[in-house]
Amino acid sequence: MPNSPSDDARPPGAARRVKVQRRGPMLVEGPVEVELEDGTTVFSDRFQVALCTCRRSRRFPWCDTSHRARTAGPGDGAAGD
Amino acid sequence: MDYDGEGPRLPTARGPLSAAVGAYLLGTGPLPLPEEVAAATAYGDDLQLALYQCYELHYRGFAGVSPALEWDPGLLGTRAALEERFLAALRAGTTVHDSVEEAVGALLVEPVHGEGVSHFLRDEGELWQLREYAAQRSLYHLKEADPHAWVLPRLWGRAKAAMAAVEFDEYGGGRADRVHARLFADLMTDLGLDTTYGAHLDAASAECLVTVNMMSLFGLHRALRGALVGHFAAVEITSSPGSRRLAEAMRRTGAGPAAERFYDEHVEADAVHEQIVRHEVIDGLLEQEPHLAADVAFGVDATGHVEDLFGARLLADWRAGRSSLRVPLPAPLDRDSGISVIS
Repeated sequence: MPNSPSDDARPPGAARRVKVQRRGPMLVEGPVEVELEDGTTVFSDRFQVALCTCRRSRRFPWCDTSHRARTAGPGDGAAGD
Repeated sequence: MDYDGEGPRLPTARGPLSAAVGAYLLGTGPLPLPEEVAAATAYGDDLQLALYQCYELHYRGFAGVSPALEWDPGLLGTRAALEERFLAALRAGTTVHDSVEEAVGALLVEPVHGEGVSHFLRDEGELWQLREYAAQRSLYHLKEADPHAWVLPRLWGRAKAAMAAVEFDEYGGGRADRVHARLFADLMTDLGLDTTYGAHLDAASAECLVTVNMMSLFGLHRALRGALVGHFAAVEITSSPGSRRLAEAMRRTGAGPAAERFYDEHVEADAVHEQIVRHEVIDGLLEQEPHLAADVAFGVDATGHVEDLFGARLLADWRAGRSSLRVPLPAPLDRDSGISVIS
């Protein structure tokens, strides 16, 4: 909202918020263009993107939840929502 | 009385309850008796289809059925009786963790040797099994995110803003061709399936109906908003790795690019949604309404419970070499001329 007051010490829209956590992806407000090591770029216009920080993602630079701990037990779950 | 001329056709009855509800919807018979509701199996075909028919009036309705019946007091009374049986069975059948942290934490670990449906489909699933899976899941995916949208007016602040943001992503971020239900219809076209809303209701097992009815139950009742949020979190948390396995299954069987895309999109989208639902929706809700913690944990664990039942049913049928469907699928439609109706 153009005229809304903000608690942030930044002018609205001047800085992009990035959320980091020790275990899990880095969350960045989209849209995002990411430059990879080889100079190529990938783009996402999702409202928020999760960037892989564990380097295990098979869809790098996007998080695919590969950072999760593994257990020996069986399991499954729904997919696609 | 006005009635919907278009829309899904009413399903074939599976017993006295679903037959009576179907007849009532057409104005040709009375509602089921309370004794009949009491005598039915909670997770059985008949009760679940009767409930599904009641709920569907809140989504797309049925051809030949008055849309005004959505708020018919008599029908709502029957729905309440069916829901009471269903919710009691869910509570009795679900082992609930002591806290939300434990319930969510249990989903944040991935089994090394998983044995679920997505593992089966990735490793040995055949195209006919992927078609059956998609046909049954279409009951939800063709209205993907709709049952969860009902929770929005029941939330506020951080939880509402975050839930709305995730739903916006589910609905394609403002682009009709990216609505997840649309992407699923495209997947179905790749698999040669009829994409008409409601086309596969007669084929779906009771266990499949249970998974979809649970979402409608939680979504339609403000009293169950905590359970809806817990359920949504469970789906989003488990979706990424499961979707990766299903994307691999689609690639291995050559199902087609749209079939792969649906699950590839969910690997990425749900890795984001998981973070937002855990840290903003759940934490935001519990900050405002800490007394809902037990309901959130119930929603998380009930989702695992009903998904386990559905998965066990699919695998039991497939391992025995049987179809998992109640009526056989027609031969695959041609990819280019397949019916494709999402409005």
